[in-house]
Parts: sequence; structure tokens; C-alpha cells
Amino acid sequence: MMDKTYTVALMGNPNTGKSTLFNVLTGLRQHTGNWPGKTVTHAEGECRHRGTLYRIVDLPGTYSLYSNSADEEVARDFLLFQRPDVTIVVVDATALERNLNLALQVLEMTDRVIIAINLMDEAKKKGIHINTKKLAAKLGVPVVPISARNREGIDALLDTVDAMAHGRINTNPLSIRYSPEIERGIAKLLPLVKDVMGDTYPARWIALRLLDGDTSLLQALKQPPQPLIKEGNAYACCGSVKSV
Amino acid sequence: MAQGKRCRLSDTKPGDRFRIEKVDVPDPVLKRRLLDLGFVPGGEVKVGQRSPLGDPTAYRVCGTTIALRKEESDYIYGETIDHDG
Ligand SMILES: Nc1nc2c(ncn2[C@@H]2O[C@H](COP(=O)(O)OP(=O)(O)OP(=O)(O)O)[C@@H](O)[C@H]2O)c(=O)[nH]1
Ligand SMILES: [Mg+2]
Repeated sequence: MMDKTYTVALMGNPNTGKSTLFNVLTGLRQHTGNWPGKTVTHAEGECRHRGTLYRIVDLPGTYSLYSNSADEEVARDFLLFQRPDVTIVVVDATALERNLNLALQVLEMTDRVIIAINLMDEAKKKGIHINTKKLAAKLGVPVVPISARNREGIDALLDTVDAMAHGRINTNPLSIRYSPEIERGIAKLLPLVKDVMGDTYPARWIALRLLDGDTSLLQALKQPPQPLIKEGNAYACCGSVKSV
Repeated sequence: MAQGKRCRLSDTKPGDRFRIEKVDVPDPVLKRRLLDLGFVPGGEVKVGQRSPLGDPTAYRVCGTTIALRKEESDYIYGETIDHDG
């Protein structure tokens, strides 16, 4: 019997310890690779925990997924087209306000998210206390405090990955309500998006990006690395954008 | 230093503390980028060193140092609230 290998993506702001965590998780079994068509490299490695094999992908650090830099497009496209089984957003415990911007963006794209609060040792030194239970309740996804460099919290993190990958965790990601005008636009677009793309993509998120005039996303959707768009309908999607 | 006066972030000097009131950028992609970098209304910026050529300038915002060019800091409006150093 062949067991399924689950894909786990590491995302986060620059310098939050993603690669440090990646190295702890994968040990020496890592190699770097080029993302097809992109100059930006990402690292991939393997990790085994409680008998399950995980493919760990270390994505470039970004503050956002919407500013259309090459790094951000790599991270966004990986979430969108590779659809990892679990996405770990690595945040800096000493700069939560800044780091949660990206976390909220990821929560709009996928519900299979774990927030790993890294640099807990630094936070402790600075007298910063983080109520992880409350944060988890507010964000609607698991929050695990870690210190990647000191290898602290790694087992708890992997147990959470294990539980999420095997469908034992129900998340309820915080969904941001926008202004009435934007919500009306979303409501109008949502059925069209679902019609064109089916359930493959996060429809509400796509609708939001269309309202924002995200041409880089449209470009990516027209030429996805895998044929995920229903044949023949791709044009209808791009055509409907202008009429909103 | 003109305390409490409305100005652009690009008008500040190293050591100034600046509160952002408005990020008013014609280019929506640049606006998004500035917001994502932490330059949000209500936010506080500590002005750091200017590069030897006068541009870009380092700004401390939301716990991280970010360098902006004048073409970017020109669009961030607010007031200088303090100065130290
Ligand atoms: N104190 C402390 N430092 C850490 C911890 N984890 C990582 N670091 C340090 O943080 C710095 C950045 O770590 P990286 O792993 O390179 O961060 P990254 O997120 O991969 O950075 P980018 O790829 O540039 O986005 C390094 O100096 C690490 O040693 C931690 O748990 N505690
Ligand atoms: Mg890295």
C-alpha cells in the first residue's frame, strides 16, 4: 500500500525564520529547485512524522500577496495552483501586527492554515506575552508557539500538521467583511466566478481580486501551471471583469 | 523642527517621529505596496538614516526597517510628532 504524501507550504514575512524551520523539519534531506518559469528559487524537502511523509516547501518571504512582485506571485501561485494540504504561516512573535497582514490574506485563500508564532524566545526576552488560545479563537485556525532556532514547539507543530492533513481539525478562518459597496460587488461576481471556475479556487477571494483589478492574477489564471480551469470558459471570466 | 505641522514623509529628518494620516497614491499598485509594508493611516514612523546619496531613506515602521525612495515617501502625508537623537 502506498501512503499519500502531504504537501506543507511555509509562508511568512521576510526574516521570520521560515528557512530555519524548514531546516529543522527536513534535516539534511533538502534540495533547492527552480520554480518553472520563475527566477525565484524555493526549497523543497521531506519530513516524516508519526509514519506520514510530508513534502515541505519553503516559499519566499513576502509582506503581502498583492503587490505583484515576483516573490509574491510565486507564493500566491503556489497556494492557488498547488493547493498544499497544509499552509504554515510563520509569524514573528515580536512583530505580530505587521505579520498578521499576510496571515489574514492567506486565510482568505485557504482554510487549511496553521499559524506558527516563531521567535517566542525573543518575545519572552522583550517581555511580550502572546495569548495563543485567544488568537486561535479569533483567527479560527490553530496557533502554535515555536522557537525554530531552539527547536522548541516543533513536535506540537507537527502534531497539528498531522491532525490537519488527516482531516481531524475543523477550521473556521476569520472572514473579513468589507464595505457594503465591496460586498455588493462580491455578491454579484460570486456566482459568475463559481460558474466559470467551479470549486477549484477560493471564489470569494477571486471575486475580491477581480474587483481590485488584479491583472497579474488574471494573467496567472489564463495560463495556470496545471489545467484547473474548466475548458472553454476561461474567456467568459476575463470578459465579465470589465462589466463590473 | 516643525512639530505638529502637516507634511509629507519625504519632508522629515532623521530622528523625527511621524504619524501617518493619509497614503494618497495615484498608482493603486504602489498604494497597496506601501500599505502592505506597514505605512497605514494612524501608524507611526521613526525616520532613520538617509543613504549617502540622499535617497532612499530608512524608516522604522511596525517593528521593521523599510527603505523608501522619495517618489514613494512623497505620497505619505501626516505630521511630525516628536524628534530625538
Ligand atoms: N531568536 C531566534 N532567532 C531565530 C529563530 N528562528 C530563526 N531565527 C533567526 O532569524 C533569522 C532569519 O531566519 P531565516 O530562517 O533565514 O528566515 P526566513 O523567514 O527564511 O527569511 P527569508 O527567506 O529572507 O524570508 C536568522 O538569523 C535565524 O537564525 C528563533 O526561533 N529564535
Ligand atoms: Mg528563507
